[in-house]
Amino acid sequence: MWSMPTWGVPMLLEVKDLEVAYGDFQVVWGVSLNIDEGEVVTLLGPNGSGKSTVINTVSGLVPVLRGDILVDGASIAGQPTHNRAHLGIAHVLERRRVFPYLTVQQNLILGAWHRDAKAARDETYEHVCDMFPILRDRSGQLAHTLSGGEQQMLALARGLMAKPRLLMVDEPFLGLAPQIIEQMKQAFEDIRSTGIAILFIEQNVRLALSMADRGYVLESGRMAVSGKAKSLMNHKTVRRVFLGA
Amino acid sequence: MSSDVIIQAIVSGLLMGLVYALVAVGLSLIFGLMEIVNFAHGEFLMLSMFFSFWLWALLGMDPLLSLPIVVLALAVLGFATHYGVIRHVLNAPMLAQICATFGLAIAIRSGAQFLWTPDFRSVQDPLVAGRLEIAGIFIGQPQLVAGLVCFAAFIALWLFVTRTETGLALQATAQDRQAAAVMGIPTDRMFALGWAIGLGCVGVAGAMLSSFYFVFPDVGINFALLAFVAVALGGFGSILGSLVAGVAIGLVESLGGVLISPSYKLLIVFSLYFAVVLVRPMGLFGRY
Repeated sequence: MWSMPTWGVPMLLEVKDLEVAYGDFQVVWGVSLNIDEGEVVTLLGPNGSGKSTVINTVSGLVPVLRGDILVDGASIAGQPTHNRAHLGIAHVLERRRVFPYLTVQQNLILGAWHRDAKAARDETYEHVCDMFPILRDRSGQLAHTLSGGEQQMLALARGLMAKPRLLMVDEPFLGLAPQIIEQMKQAFEDIRSTGIAILFIEQNVRLALSMADRGYVLESGRMAVSGKAKSLMNHKTVRRVFLGA
Repeated sequence: MSSDVIIQAIVSGLLMGLVYALVAVGLSLIFGLMEIVNFAHGEFLMLSMFFSFWLWALLGMDPLLSLPIVVLALAVLGFATHYGVIRHVLNAPMLAQICATFGLAIAIRSGAQFLWTPDFRSVQDPLVAGRLEIAGIFIGQPQLVAGLVCFAAFIALWLFVTRTETGLALQATAQDRQAAAVMGIPTDRMFALGWAIGLGCVGVAGAMLSSFYFVFPDVGINFALLAFVAVALGGFGSILGSLVAGVAIGLVESLGGVLISPSYKLLIVFSLYFAVVLVRPMGLFGRY
């Protein structure tokens, strides 16, 4: 069957041969990955395998040692962190990191900081509040008074306020109650249906692969295996990485 | 002792306390934003007083009229301090940060002594002078104006930080600079803005002080000391805390001077400070 050739069309995000070090201590070795518009991709790996470091490098919180990061085919490796939100990359940091002494509404308003997001702010605000109605109920409350699950919803909603094309989420399900996890999964479905690409980190392999189109598995800072989510489900390398078997 | 004397002391203490509060809030804002203690805070106050004095001495401008110029100059100095010194030690060890601002303090104070000698100077015949008498209470008019202007500046600062988007971004940067950065907030510019506002507050206080206080290179030391006490007392990074603590210090100082002895007034202020930090180490309104 004939299909449109996709070569020459740049990926939304492309990480090429990335190497990252903290001081003299190198933690990421030659990692490459890519994400296309509208895809849901999970980045898996045991504790300390470099998952957070990779996405922190994409958002510019950690500098690139070697390799490159491209958005729409153009390198962003030299850009300061605050410029990358304008390029359509939102990053929901590990452990929520809401602004504790600002209200829920203020947290959300600040999420729409760059010009395009600001123009659509009221509309996006209504949209994320429809997605998580609890945020509307708690709009005047200081963020640190929310429960862990509510804070995770706020963090995700704040990321969406930037009207991203790619939403990177670091361990969204960590420490959440089962019924909140169901709600978050539903939110991910809603986000994907609006065409936003998602790259998320998760420790729970089964949960992650059930939600993603594709997956990448890191082991000690190196790419161990990658592929379609279904093919990774029972992959022997994945089992070895996570179970040591 | 008559009640008049007590009321007199309360009024004077309150007015001076408002000046202390504005100096303190600048210090608190900078610390709250980037966890850097500005040991040169008193020296910036001294510079603003000298600036105000020279505008009077050389150009005949009254300190009250030159206020906007002095505030603007201090704000520019704040930007310069951030981009010239602070941003280079932002990720450095704490000792390097302390040395940077402490070194700045010594450099500014020595520079002032070199340029202007350690002499005491004062503005003669300021626009607002003399005192008011209300029901037997005497209020120095320059002090009254200083207290009111500093309070107005305080309100303006509070409205800016809590009611404007830039103010919210400033708070967000203070609470989590990485989270702010990934949302597109330019944190480095926020830090520079924090320095500009912090020193702008000092500019208001210094300009107001110059019409009734002696101007000399060491003048900032006592004010900075009281500002440190106010910040620790009110809670690091808390705007409301600086106001309450600044006024409390002004009142304690003034009442202590009247009720016990003027020579013990600082002792009483520091005793209050010790009492509060023993019971509440994070200060009255502090979060950490």
